Amino acid sequence: MSIAPATTGALDRPPSAAGDRRRARKRARWRRRLIVLGFMSPWVVGFGFFVAYPLIATVYFSFTHYDLLEPARWIGTANYEYMFSEDRQIWGAVKNTLWLVAIMVPLKVLFAFGVALMLTRARRGIGFFRAIFYLPALAPPVAATLGFVYLLNPATGPVNAVLGVVGIEGPLWFGDPGWSKPALTLLLLWGVGNTMIIFVAALVDVPRHLYESAALDGAGPLQRLRWVTLPAISPVILFSVVIGTIEALQLFTQAYVAAQIAAGSASSAGDPSNDLGYPEDSTLFYPVLLFQQGFRFFNMGYAAAMAVLMLVVTLAITLVIVRNSRRWVHYAGGGR
Amino acid sequence: MSTHAPPVPVAPAPIVRRQLPRPVRRRRLLIAIADHSLLIAATIAFVFPFVFMVLTSLMTTDQALSPKLWPEPFRWSNYGDVFDQAPMLRYALNTLLYSGLATIGMLVGSIPVAYALSVLRWKGRDAVFLLVLVAMMLPPQVTIVPLYSFWAQLDMVGTLAPLIIPNWFGDAFSIFLLRQFFMTIPPSYIDSARVDGAGELRILTTVVVRLAKPAIAAVALFMFLFTFSDFFGPLLYAGDEETNWTLSVGLAQFRTLHQVQWNITMAATVMVMIPVILLFFAAQKAFVEGVTLTGVKE
Repeated sequence: MSIAPATTGALDRPPSAAGDRRRARKRARWRRRLIVLGFMSPWVVGFGFFVAYPLIATVYFSFTHYDLLEPARWIGTANYEYMFSEDRQIWGAVKNTLWLVAIMVPLKVLFAFGVALMLTRARRGIGFFRAIFYLPALAPPVAATLGFVYLLNPATGPVNAVLGVVGIEGPLWFGDPGWSKPALTLLLLWGVGNTMIIFVAALVDVPRHLYESAALDGAGPLQRLRWVTLPAISPVILFSVVIGTIEALQLFTQAYVAAQIAAGSASSAGDPSNDLGYPEDSTLFYPVLLFQQGFRFFNMGYAAAMAVLMLVVTLAITLVIVRNSRRWVHYAGGGR
Repeated sequence: MSTHAPPVPVAPAPIVRRQLPRPVRRRRLLIAIADHSLLIAATIAFVFPFVFMVLTSLMTTDQALSPKLWPEPFRWSNYGDVFDQAPMLRYALNTLLYSGLATIGMLVGSIPVAYALSVLRWKGRDAVFLLVLVAMMLPPQVTIVPLYSFWAQLDMVGTLAPLIIPNWFGDAFSIFLLRQFFMTIPPSYIDSARVDGAGELRILTTVVVRLAKPAIAAVALFMFLFTFSDFFGPLLYAGDEETNWTLSVGLAQFRTLHQVQWNITMAATVMVMIPVILLFFAAQKAFVEGVTLTGVKE
């Protein structure tokens, strides 16, 4: 009873105290929102200006004639009609890019996997070998391309010189429309380091006891590779196929530089504006053509239409790969 | 992991190794040789391009045109001649400007965003993170037409500013990596800082940044390497303005523009590769240290 006065004293003000608390809580909530907004503000501005706006504007420009000098003029679906009926070059470019997706990407994944397998089996010097295989991936693409155009130079390049010693007449590589894409593939295989590192990490993570129990069941090395290693690293295979495909669809620098240098070597009076795709449009990949249309010819409306098609195709191919992967990718823990 | 005491060594049960039968031993040896010979062959193939680039960069002009592979005499002055052929120092300075400002800007713009996407809790966070992933996967070619026209209206085409400025608003890939790392920081560290009365900005600059040093070093390194090697960006925006060329653009035009021989071209190529190789060996150590220093995992 002795505390009653104190209690009633406290009970005198409950409505206002609760109101204070509510108001304080509200203020705190607003403060927290402002903090989040403050921290997110660089990205909000950046995403708006450099992703959302250009994405929408690309679709708009694809329905216009636009050359940067005059304001864009609405021409309806004319760009798309030209693309699907008259433009001869674009389907060659699409074919070149699909060649990369169908041939270069599987080769690259296979090669990365093979090198990673060899690396994890080596008992000594893993650090040394890993550095050797990883370094080319870091070489700036322009420098690496220049190096390969020189190495594969038909007349004086060391590769054909070495082949000549063995008695093989080397091809013209970057100078032959049939060999330019394989030559580029060699260059891209040299830069396989990133994919390889991911495979090494995945291979090291495969639980040892799986191999041991498989061996106890009488599985040989090949069977263990097929039934233990491959399922265990299948998520990484999927990842590298998806990333490799996205990269292949965007290949620009190596093709651009190789064509320019190889064309320059062929005719000493190199005219840099007509070299793209050399020889005979065999290295004219989709992004190269997009660059040529947009920023050499300033057909920017048409380049925007090409960009829209590129976005759609990239999404479609990625989706198809991921969809099909459900049949062969196994995630640890049984979840599919 | 460093906090764990080493496991008490258990006395190994004595294993009596039976001498393996001879055919098994021979087969194992052959397999080992086969394995390693493949590895050795692959190693040679991977080193081969580097070796011949360097060898050619030391040849005389006449010799570079001949099929001979070993330089005689060694012509070291090729490396000096590179600077007479093209303003390499100018290119290097532009490259450093681009790489440096883009990397600093990326850190300033990305770290707070990664913090808001990992440490702070709010409605819609996962949806926004999904948008970051979408931005990361978007092919750069898809947005260049409007972006180019945007920078042209600001009269910035011809400079490297269109490549530097966007990074100050955060880079999707860096935000993604940093966010993944920030997620591994135990909430107890952050809660105890909050109990001590630290505001979010203080927690970010003291607790999180200190714990995430290896991740921050990694994204800075990736950004630096990417911008140093970038060709498409500088070609697009500074291609017509030689005073603003970077090393990549200058190197790509080197042979065509200056009609120089392969030996000088290879010397320039090797010079552009050297900083990257040095950075790799320097940073490899930093990476290993960074990984071992993270006592974050409990």
